[in-house]
Amino acid sequence: MKGILIYAEVESGRVHPVAFELLGKAREIGEKISGQVWSIILGHEIKDLASELIQYGADKVFVYDHPTLREFDVIRYKEILVDFVKKFNPEIFLIGATPLGRSLAPRVAAALRTGLTADCIDLRIDENGDLIQIRPAFTGNILAHIKTKSRPIMATVRYRVMEMPEKDLSRSGEIIEMDVPEIGETGLKMLGEVEERRVNLAEADIIVAGGRGLKSKDDLKMLEELASLLGGVVGVSRPLVDEGWISKDHQVGFSGNTVKPKLYIACGISGSPQHLAGMRDSEIIVAINVDPSAPIFRYADYGVVGDLYEVLPKLIKILKNAKRSDNP
Amino acid sequence: MEIIVLIKQVPDIEKVRFDAEKGRIDRSSAPAETNPFDLNALEAAIQLKEKLGGSITVLSMGPKQAESSLRDALARGADKAILLTDGRFAGADTLATAYTLATAIKKLGRFDLIICGEKTVDGDTGQVGPEVAEFLGIPHVAYVSEIREVHQDKLLLISDMGDKYLVEVKLPALITVTKDLNTPRLPSLRDVLKARKKEIEVWNADALSDYGDLDGFGVKGSKTMVVKVVIPSEKGRKGIIFRGEDAAEKLLEVLRENRLVN
Repeated sequence: MKGILIYAEVESGRVHPVAFELLGKAREIGEKISGQVWSIILGHEIKDLASELIQYGADKVFVYDHPTLREFDVIRYKEILVDFVKKFNPEIFLIGATPLGRSLAPRVAAALRTGLTADCIDLRIDENGDLIQIRPAFTGNILAHIKTKSRPIMATVRYRVMEMPEKDLSRSGEIIEMDVPEIGETGLKMLGEVEERRVNLAEADIIVAGGRGLKSKDDLKMLEELASLLGGVVGVSRPLVDEGWISKDHQVGFSGNTVKPKLYIACGISGSPQHLAGMRDSEIIVAINVDPSAPIFRYADYGVVGDLYEVLPKLIKILKNAKRSDNP
Repeated sequence: MEIIVLIKQVPDIEKVRFDAEKGRIDRSSAPAETNPFDLNALEAAIQLKEKLGGSITVLSMGPKQAESSLRDALARGADKAILLTDGRFAGADTLATAYTLATAIKKLGRFDLIICGEKTVDGDTGQVGPEVAEFLGIPHVAYVSEIREVHQDKLLLISDMGDKYLVEVKLPALITVTKDLNTPRLPSLRDVLKARKKEIEVWNADALSDYGDLDGFGVKGSKTMVVKVVIPSEKGRKGIIFRGEDAAEKLLEVLRENRLVN
């Protein structure tokens, strides 16, 4: 039986949801190549999380639970994953393309001398039964279809591109508690979190984003007000972060966050390739820009050609009035 | 401190034309430049050298014209530049690229720190740095947004993983850096002129044969292959434009129809 291995990242005591999406995809692949879905989870006091992985599609969950695994130490984690792969020989090994996954996966792949495809947005089995890995390159301008010659086939996969499977509380599977191998000094000391992100754009359904069209830092308040009326969060293009107007966790784009919300409203953003790389997969894109030739309009479902200093206050006013009449 | 900076020459991505209909990438109008993230890596090396002394070696793999990026690095403050160029290096995936770079680093000998950009604007993978570290058997820290403390034998770093973490790493080590780390300085005209006279060492595959396996380079050493390239067209978008006095009302109306707004 071919094993399809999914890495389950632990983030603040929970399983990062990209692992559930990957379990769903693994089940689909498993049916085509008659494979079994495995999941591997590393951390401390994480045994309770294993059953959730089964409910989302794992047949077997391998648990490495040890105090030394509480913090992410890339070398320690790599040693365990490499050891596991050598023992169990999975056919495919998928890891969420989170910052952690993208730091860890290349080390594992290099240690195993196997191919690794970064940041996939789709996985398919072709007519020969081969796994085709699809990923953006050239700052998101092209999609490359990639095959791997070595085993395991390894790939990191973006969050929110695969469908989230239904949780099935009645699913059964096997939980295997693994012995944690003794690993000496790694050269790394994880000294803890120093700053929590203020906003998690990757998980937002609605993003109201501002760019160079904003004239001052104070004008961000307008975006915040619109975002809060819509139940969304504020994003920005890189120049506003460079100006020091707002923290980097709000930045959308190639060197910031890649997002895929249900609604992305780009206000005063011209649409540079770097910005587009971070948001072009959003479900509905709205552009508000005074310049009708701005590239962003080519990527928009709905555009408003107009001054954001007129359009945004109007939107805010209408939404506020609507709220008032809802709650007399 | 002996520092190695890995750089890659890439096309200026804003000027590359992507033809969705023909499925072609046209680089002819795009001048080559140093991968923007690598300039932050080089700037970090220069700042460390200013503090602690030592030397900076820039290392790149690519065609002969990548020399211009190395020359720019020399003008900015690197002491030594090496270009790995050979048909046998061509067609490499990240694994083969990392293996080739790591082999060249073994040939270079002693180092304390390797710095790379977090990713390139053409490949977008961010994999080569950590893979080089693995091939060399040294620790790495990815997404470094701040170098807090520098000691002879260790660094205290902030790693930006969404949330920010404080990490201590023993040297020798490799770090990949984000754009937040610093603002790269431009070289002076004098430095540019001086760099013109400096030598760039060129190594081919044979130059590395004592330090690695030639089968690990280029297409031969690659485990992944691109079977197709698709340039996505944006025709899926509706492209409905509103203008004039009631544009805001019309916009909200369609968003309500799409159930995106209550």
